[in-house]
Amino acid sequence: MIPPSFDYHCPTSISEAISLLSKFGGEAKILAGGHSLLPMMKLRFAEPANLIDINKIPELRGIKEEGGLIKIGAMTTENQILFSELLQKKLPLLPEAAKLIADPQVRNRGTIGGDIAHGDPANDHPAIAMALDATFVLHGPGGQRKVKAVDFFQGTYMTDMAEDEIMVSIEIAPFAPKTGYAYHKLKRKTGDWATAAAAVVIQMSGSRVSHVAIGLTNVAPTALRATAAEQLMIGQEISPALMDKVAESVRSICDPAEDLRGDAEYKTAMAGEMTRRAIAAAIAHC
Amino acid sequence: MSKKIVSMNINGKKVEEAVESRTLLVHFLREKMNLTGAHIGCETSHCGACTVDIDGESVKSCTCFAVQCEGSDIITVEGLAQGGVLHAVQEGFYQEHGLQCGFCTPGMLTRAYRFLQDNPNPTEDEIRVGMSGNLCRCTGYQNIVKAVQYAANKLREDAQKPVTA
Amino acid sequence: MNAPDRKAALQGMGDSRLRKEDARFIQGKGNYVDDIKLPGMVHMDIVRSPLAHARIKKINKEKALAIPGVIAVLTADDLKPLKLHWMPTLAGDVAAVLADEKVHFQMQEVAVVLADDRYIAADGVEAVEVEYEELPVVIDPFKALEKDAPVLREDLAGKTEGAHGQRYHHNHIFTWDAGDKEATDAAFKSAPVTVTEKLLYPRVHPCPLETCGAVASFDPVRGELTTYMTSQAPHVVRTVVSMLSGIPESKVRIVSPDIGGGFGNKVGVYPGYVCAIVSSIVLGRPVKWVEDRIENLSSTAFARDYHMTGELAATTDGKILGLRTHVIADHGAFDACADPTKFPAGLFHICSGSYDIPAAHCTVEGVYTNKAPGGVAYRCSFRVTEAVYLIERMVDVLAQKLNMDKAEIRRKNFIRKEQFPYTSAFGFEYDSGDYHTALEKVLDAVDYKSLRAEQAAKRADPNSPTLMGIGLVTFTEVVGAGPTKMCDILGMGMFDSCEIRVHPTGSAIARMGTITQGQGHQTTYAQIIATELGIPSEVIQVEEGDTSTAPYGLGTYGSRSTPVAGAAIAMAARKIHAKAKKLAAHLLEVGENDLEWEIDRFKVKGSSDKFKTMSDIAWAAYNKPPAGMEPGLEAVHYYDPPNFTYPFGIYLCVVDIDKGTGETKIRRFYALDDCGTRINPMIIEGQIHGGLTEGFAVAMGQLLSFDAQGNIQGNTLMDYFLPTAVETPHWETDFTVTPSPHHPIGAKGVAESPHVGSIPTFTSAMVDAFAHLGVTHLEMPHTAYRIWKELKAHGLTH
Repeated sequence: MIPPSFDYHCPTSISEAISLLSKFGGEAKILAGGHSLLPMMKLRFAEPANLIDINKIPELRGIKEEGGLIKIGAMTTENQILFSELLQKKLPLLPEAAKLIADPQVRNRGTIGGDIAHGDPANDHPAIAMALDATFVLHGPGGQRKVKAVDFFQGTYMTDMAEDEIMVSIEIAPFAPKTGYAYHKLKRKTGDWATAAAAVVIQMSGSRVSHVAIGLTNVAPTALRATAAEQLMIGQEISPALMDKVAESVRSICDPAEDLRGDAEYKTAMAGEMTRRAIAAAIAHC
Repeated sequence: MSKKIVSMNINGKKVEEAVESRTLLVHFLREKMNLTGAHIGCETSHCGACTVDIDGESVKSCTCFAVQCEGSDIITVEGLAQGGVLHAVQEGFYQEHGLQCGFCTPGMLTRAYRFLQDNPNPTEDEIRVGMSGNLCRCTGYQNIVKAVQYAANKLREDAQKPVTA
Repeated sequence: MNAPDRKAALQGMGDSRLRKEDARFIQGKGNYVDDIKLPGMVHMDIVRSPLAHARIKKINKEKALAIPGVIAVLTADDLKPLKLHWMPTLAGDVAAVLADEKVHFQMQEVAVVLADDRYIAADGVEAVEVEYEELPVVIDPFKALEKDAPVLREDLAGKTEGAHGQRYHHNHIFTWDAGDKEATDAAFKSAPVTVTEKLLYPRVHPCPLETCGAVASFDPVRGELTTYMTSQAPHVVRTVVSMLSGIPESKVRIVSPDIGGGFGNKVGVYPGYVCAIVSSIVLGRPVKWVEDRIENLSSTAFARDYHMTGELAATTDGKILGLRTHVIADHGAFDACADPTKFPAGLFHICSGSYDIPAAHCTVEGVYTNKAPGGVAYRCSFRVTEAVYLIERMVDVLAQKLNMDKAEIRRKNFIRKEQFPYTSAFGFEYDSGDYHTALEKVLDAVDYKSLRAEQAAKRADPNSPTLMGIGLVTFTEVVGAGPTKMCDILGMGMFDSCEIRVHPTGSAIARMGTITQGQGHQTTYAQIIATELGIPSEVIQVEEGDTSTAPYGLGTYGSRSTPVAGAAIAMAARKIHAKAKKLAAHLLEVGENDLEWEIDRFKVKGSSDKFKTMSDIAWAAYNKPPAGMEPGLEAVHYYDPPNFTYPFGIYLCVVDIDKGTGETKIRRFYALDDCGTRINPMIIEGQIHGGLTEGFAVAMGQLLSFDAQGNIQGNTLMDYFLPTAVETPHWETDFTVTPSPHHPIGAKGVAESPHVGSIPTFTSAMVDAFAHLGVTHLEMPHTAYRIWKELKAHGLTH
C-alpha cells in the first residue's frame, strides 16, 4: 500500500523532461496518469529513485487537426478522448474504445501516451493505434523522430522508445467518409484488462472490402496487427464463410499468456470472436 | 527524505503543508488534514472508496501523490454540504437507503456529485456506468441508482426555482 | 392525534422509516478503526511469508531496525516468553500468532514492525530479511489424507485426539456426523432410484470494503487495555484477550466502532490484533494495525472450500426417501473455523432443506492444507450456504434423472404447512413455514409456464445465439444461534442481551450485545422498542459495540441479531411495559385490570379521556413511584433462545448464455423471502439486494485458487470478482410473512438468506441451460471462460 521514497521532479517543458531523463538514466520513471505506475509502486514492484512528472508540460496536451492529420497530445486523458467532439467526428473509434477502458475516475488520469509507451500487451491503445495506422512522435536528446505504431512494439514491456525519450503526440489521418469502425473488448468486469479485444477499421467499395485493419489486444506478447486476416478480406464480399476464414487466421497468430481470464485456447478463440463481432459492428457504419 | 511544501484548496480553504514526495493524497487528506471521509478499501486502484474531486474531475486519491496537487481545488465529502444544508446527493442517499455500512459512501457521494454536474439528466444505464468506478458490498447498487436519480431530480428542481432576492 | 397518526408518529415496527445512522456516514463523519488517532500512537505492519510451507532458518532484523523511525521488530521468539506465539482458535485448535520455526501458508504472519508512521513501517517490513528452507506443499485436501502426505502440523505430532474427537491421520482434523446412518443406508439399499453428484463449493472470501484492523492502547498508569477493533463479537474478544493477557476482564475494554462491512470476516481474532495488543502493552503506547486488501484476501477468514458428495434416494415418481452426504472440508493450516463449539461443521445438517425427508445422514471430515485458516464466513449462517447448495443441487439432479419439472418435484417433497413445527431427520425443529404458498406466488409472478415455453422454442432453434436457463431454489435456512444448551463460542452460551433505560422526559437509551456492520440496528432496534413502549423511534438512542457499557452478547453474524438480540429487546421492553402499567394504574387510581394499552398509552377501559402516555409514566417513575416500587424505568434482559429460527425463500433466475463467448446475462432474478415479522421493509429490501449481489459474485466469478506451490491466486481486486453497478443485475424482491411462533415478535432474521439462497439459484439456472444436453452439474464460478469450455465440449461454439 505504501510506495517507497523517491525524488520528485516536475518539469514544465519537453526539453527539461528530456534532460532529467538523460541525467538519471534508468533510475527515473515518467509519471503520466500514474494509474499503472502508482499501483506498481504501492505493491513495491517498481521502486524508481526519481519520478519525472510530465503533467505540467503544455505541449503534451491537446487534440487538434493540423496538416491533414489529427494530432493527439500524449498526455490526453481517456475522458478527454471520450468527450472530444473533434475525435467523435473525425476518429470516432477512439472515443468509442475509450469507454471500454478502465472506469470513470481512472479515465480522468490515464493517458493515451501512458497506455502506449510502456509496451504492456494488456493495454488497449496499442492495437487501436495499429488499426488506425497511427504514428507516434517521440522526443529525445537527439530531437524528434516518428515511429509507426506497427513498428513500435517489440515485446512485452519493450518498445522502440529509448530510455531517454518521451512520447509527445500521436498522429492519425482522420477517417474518410463512411469508414466503419469498432472496438470489441471481452472483459470479466468494468476496469479489467481485455481477455481479448479487436479493433477494426473498414472501408467498403460497393459490397466489397476496400480497406480493413484489424488490431488485437492482449493475445500475444505485444498488440498485433492481423495482416494476413486483412488480406483475406480485401476485394471480398462479407460472408459467413469469409468470417470463418478471418477468425481462423486471427487465431493462428495469437500467443496469449495464460492467466485467470483463461487459457490459450479460450483467449485465442475469443480473439477470433471479438474480431467477428467488431467487423459486423464496424460495417454498420459504412 | 526531504519534504516538499505543497499548497492547495480543500473544500474552499487554502492549506499549505510539508509532505514527503511519496505521500499519497488520500493519506494527506486523512492524516494531515483530518478529513477521514475518504476511505481506503484496496491498494490496486479498483474500489473507489477514496474518490475525491480535483479541479472538477473525480479522481481516486489513493492513486496520486499530494505533491501532484499543487495549486489544485479539491472537494471531499466533508465539503459537499453548504452552510449546514446537505447537498442533493447526500439527501438522495439518505432518502433512498443508498448506504448500509457507509464505507463506500463518501467516495460514492463525491463521484455522484461530479457525475451529475457532467450529466444532469442521466438514464439508469448512464448512472450505472458513471458510478462503475465505485464498489459497494452492501447495497447491490440498486438503491444507489435510486439515490442518484433522486439527486438529479432535486438538482433540476432547485435549478428551476426562482432565485429569491 | 388519532390512533393511526399516533402509530405513524412512533415510526415503529413495520415502518420503512429512514435510517438514524445515516447522518454521520453521508457527511464523512463515520468513525471506523482507521479513523482513530490517539496521542503517541505508533503503526504496525506485518512481514509475511512468500512461501506456503517452509522452515524459518533465520530472521534478520538489523536492516529494518536501522531505519530511522522503526521502533521494534517482533517475531515468535519475542512472544514466547509471554506464551503468546500461539493462540487458541474458536474451533478448539491452536494457530500461530507469529510463525514459530515454520510457516504453514503463503502470507502467514512472520514478524511485525513497529514504527512512527505507516510509511516507515512499510519500509521496515521490506527491510526484514527471512531465510526459508522450502518444504513440500499440500493444497489438495484429498492428497493431504494420503498415507505419505507431508506432515503439516508438527506441533500436533502424536496427538490422536483433537477438539472434536479422534484424528486418524496427521492432516486429519475431525470427523463429524449427524443423522441416522443405519436408517439412511437402508433407505438407499431399497430405493428404486438413487442419484449422486460431486459438488464443490470453492474457496471464496467475504471481502468487506473495510479491511481488518485495530488500535490497541494499553495505559500503563491505570493498567487498563482499550482496543478499538473491527470485531463482530467484541465481548467474546474481551474475554479471550483477558484470558490470554492476564489482565482482568474488568480492565479490558474492546470497542467495535463503525464497521465497514463484516460478512463474517471480522469474527475471529487475527494475529494482527494480538500483536498490536502485545506491542501496546510492551511499549505503553497506542498501536494501530490496518491490513491491506491483499493481506485481507490472503490471510483472513476465507469461506467454504467444501468438497461434497451428495446422494438422494427416491421413488420413481420423485418422493425423496433418503439423503446422504459426505464432505471433505479444507480448513487450511489451522482450524480457526468460527463455529459454535459443538458443531465443527456448523449447521451443515440443515441440508435436508425444505423437504420432508425421512432418513438422512451426513459426514464431514476436516482436513489441514497449506492455506490460510478459516472456513465459516461470508454470510453463510455457519455452513448453511454449503448445506442449501447441496440439497438444492441434489433435488435438481433428481428432477433431471426422473424428467420431472424442478418446481413439481419440490411441491411433492415440501414439508407441508400443517407439519410445522417440523422435526427434521437431523433433529432441527423447524419453527414455521409455508413453502407451497410462496412457491406459487413466485411461479405466478414470473409466468413460469411461459418461460419454459420460451426455453423449449430456443432449444429447438439451432440458430439461437443464446442458451436460456431457468434456475429455481426453495431454501430453508437456520439462523439465530442459539440455545445455550447446544450453542456456545469458546464456552460462552449464545444468548444475547438488551438493556433499556427510559429517561424522565420520555426518550430512551438502549444497548445490546450485538454489533451492526451496516445492517441498520440503530434504526431497527429502536423500532422494536418504539412499538413495545410507545416511544417514537426517533428519540430512542441505540448503542452497541463498547464492552464497557453494552451488556454481554455474542455479537452479530449468522443473522442472529434479530432472532436473539431482537428477542432480548422485546423482553426487556416488556419488563418496562409491565412496570409502566403498574405506575399507570397508580397514577389513574384504578386496578391494572381496568387498563388497556393503545399504541403509546394506557387507557382506562371504556373511557376516552382517562389515560397516561409512556411519557407521563416516565416522568412519574422518577418522582412518584408508589410505595414498594423502585424509582426509575429500566430493564435488562438476557435472552436464551429456545430454538433457532428458520427463514425461507423461493428464488427464480433466468439466464441467457452467449454461445460465442460464454458470457451470461442475468435476465431476471425474482427473490421471495419470508423472514417472519418485518421490522423495516426498506432495510430488509436493502439487505436482500446486498446478499443477492454477493451471491451473484460468488456464483459467477469469485474464486481464491492456489497453484501447485501453494501460491494464492486472484487475491487482488484486479482478479477477485467484485461486480460494479454495471455487472450487477436488477433484483426483484417479494415476500410472505410466516412469523416464528417461539420468537417474542415473530421475527426470524433475513440478511444471510439472499446469499444462502441465491448462489445455488445461479448454478441451477446455468445447469438448466445445458440440461437438455445431459449436463447435471457445473462447478462454480460460472465464468465466461468455464462456460465457453462447456459450450465447446458440446459443439455449440464456432
